Amino acid sequence: MNTDEREEVIDVTDVRRVYGGGFEAVRGITFSVGRGELFALLGTNGAGKTSTVELLEGLAAPAAGRIRVLGHDPHTERAAVRPRTGVMLQEGGFPNELTVAETIRLWAGCTSGARPATEVLDMVGLTRRSTIRVKQLSGGEKRRLDLGLALLGRPEVLFLDEPTTGLDAEGRRDTWDLVRALREEGTTVLMTTHYLEEAEALADRLAILHEGRIAASGTPAEVTAAQPSRISFELPEGFFLGDLPPLAELGVTGHETSGRTVLLRTEELQRTATALLLWADRAGVALRGLDVRSASLEEAFLRIAERETARSQGESAGHEAVNTRSNGTSTERAAA
Amino acid sequence: MSTHTSMGTGAAAAGRTRGSSGGDSGHDGRGSRGGRSGGRLGGGGTTSPGRLRALARAELTLLIRTKSVIVTAVLVPLALPFSIRPALDEVDLKAQGLTIGPVLLTSAIGFSFLFAVYTSLVTVFAARREELVLKRLRTGELKDAEILAGTALPALCTGLAQSVLVAVGCTVLLDLPAPPAPHLAVLGLLTGLVLSTALAALTASLSRTVESAQVTALPLVFVSMLGSGMTVPLEVLPEKVSAVCELLPLSPAIRLVRGGWTGELSGYETLESVAVAGFWIVLALWAVRRWFRWDPRR
Repeated sequence: MNTDEREEVIDVTDVRRVYGGGFEAVRGITFSVGRGELFALLGTNGAGKTSTVELLEGLAAPAAGRIRVLGHDPHTERAAVRPRTGVMLQEGGFPNELTVAETIRLWAGCTSGARPATEVLDMVGLTRRSTIRVKQLSGGEKRRLDLGLALLGRPEVLFLDEPTTGLDAEGRRDTWDLVRALREEGTTVLMTTHYLEEAEALADRLAILHEGRIAASGTPAEVTAAQPSRISFELPEGFFLGDLPPLAELGVTGHETSGRTVLLRTEELQRTATALLLWADRAGVALRGLDVRSASLEEAFLRIAERETARSQGESAGHEAVNTRSNGTSTERAAA
Repeated sequence: MSTHTSMGTGAAAAGRTRGSSGGDSGHDGRGSRGGRSGGRLGGGGTTSPGRLRALARAELTLLIRTKSVIVTAVLVPLALPFSIRPALDEVDLKAQGLTIGPVLLTSAIGFSFLFAVYTSLVTVFAARREELVLKRLRTGELKDAEILAGTALPALCTGLAQSVLVAVGCTVLLDLPAPPAPHLAVLGLLTGLVLSTALAALTASLSRTVESAQVTALPLVFVSMLGSGMTVPLEVLPEKVSAVCELLPLSPAIRLVRGGWTGELSGYETLESVAVAGFWIVLALWAVRRWFRWDPRR
């Protein structure tokens, strides 16, 4: 487990989780997180993120496989692990009628080496809300209180289950800053998120979960690099796909059409885009809705989800792919 | 917004404190981090009593803030026994060798078990589960038993305080002599409180919501009121019925408490009561361990 280079703080081997009704939420996953690393678990709703994190937090025992956190089984050796971990569940878990300060006092009394309440309040920006009852906090404030409690004991390992869900853009940015600062100090962080830009911005490494399995893992760059770039546009009136130059000569590795919209995939974005635009220029047509982008984590994620769904359901998801893509929000990196 | 700036400085503060706490790597970092604790618990590590106290304190705050719980927990057990007094006057207690004082006192203590402890804890356990408080607490350093005990502590103290209060009240108002066998009364009180708590945890686990928990709690309340000697002394019931009733979960506790004041419980009867109570406590604690629900029922 321990190597000279890398101390594995979280070590997960062939882990499965099966719920009472027989539903297998986690279907054999293996990964590890080194000390000081920020590891993100990505996935759609129902992919098994929370089911996995709960196992790491020691809230349940896996149906099969082995989990080690700081060298201990987090479920059976709770007492050895808990003083060194901080947890933020997906949903709060605070009595509504306690004030923010009372909630922190309760947790401080149950946490080894707790930070002073004022420090925690300051870290999560709730200083002015300390006398407010929890039920009167906004959703975002509750998330920040939860984060504050997770940080209370200066944990070596931090589990954050969708830490920014329900936060506005500014609150999310603040949380990112805080998580980055903690990582700078050497805290190991395992977080789940369905915001891909969050994983891209924060994670050293990540794994994409799909239907309880790891569909892809690596650094954000590695996961992204495995995906082709995309060009999409509307075919001008009176033109057909066959009027384009031979796609293989443009370096296109795959294409899809949906109505008049054409989507091309390529490993050589610059060459393909140049050739396409030169063709349009010569033909004197405007390519409406032209969208040229190198692969982002979001693209990768959608492709992987799509591929896995197609694999498990045995049906083509081509049209859906184009529609999903046009809803995408990732920034354009390449323009011709 | 102020939020932004304060969180920003917070992140910086995190860096400073961590840096000044003497290293952040490895297991040996713990000692120094512990040394920087808020000081309340000293030494950095938490202790079981410390954790229990923190949780019980929060629960006490919540108890005081929930008016409906206060009413059932405090007023009902104090008012009910006196409402059954007219009924008791109808029964020929003397024929059974009973006097009104110990009968009324045991009723009051029995109602304390049921309302100050049992029903209010059914609500509390169900509410904390549905609010995800129990799940959240389980991610921390508290052991499962500490979570249950700490949550139950304020209600247990209420029950205990009421019992002492009615004992003093009955002694003064009904000229009740000092109990000839106080150890039996104490034993009865403790078994009753422990069992009421464990049964409350189980009942909460059978309830889907806080509202339905109040209904789920009713059967045990009725069975205990009628069959455990709280409203009607078991002595006045037909022998076969009372023999069965003595096996109900809260019957031995009531019998021991009464025995403490009458001094008329034989060694064999005492042993029998302790055995029945012990059986129920072991069974209930085992069942809680096995079936208590920490996550909401969805």
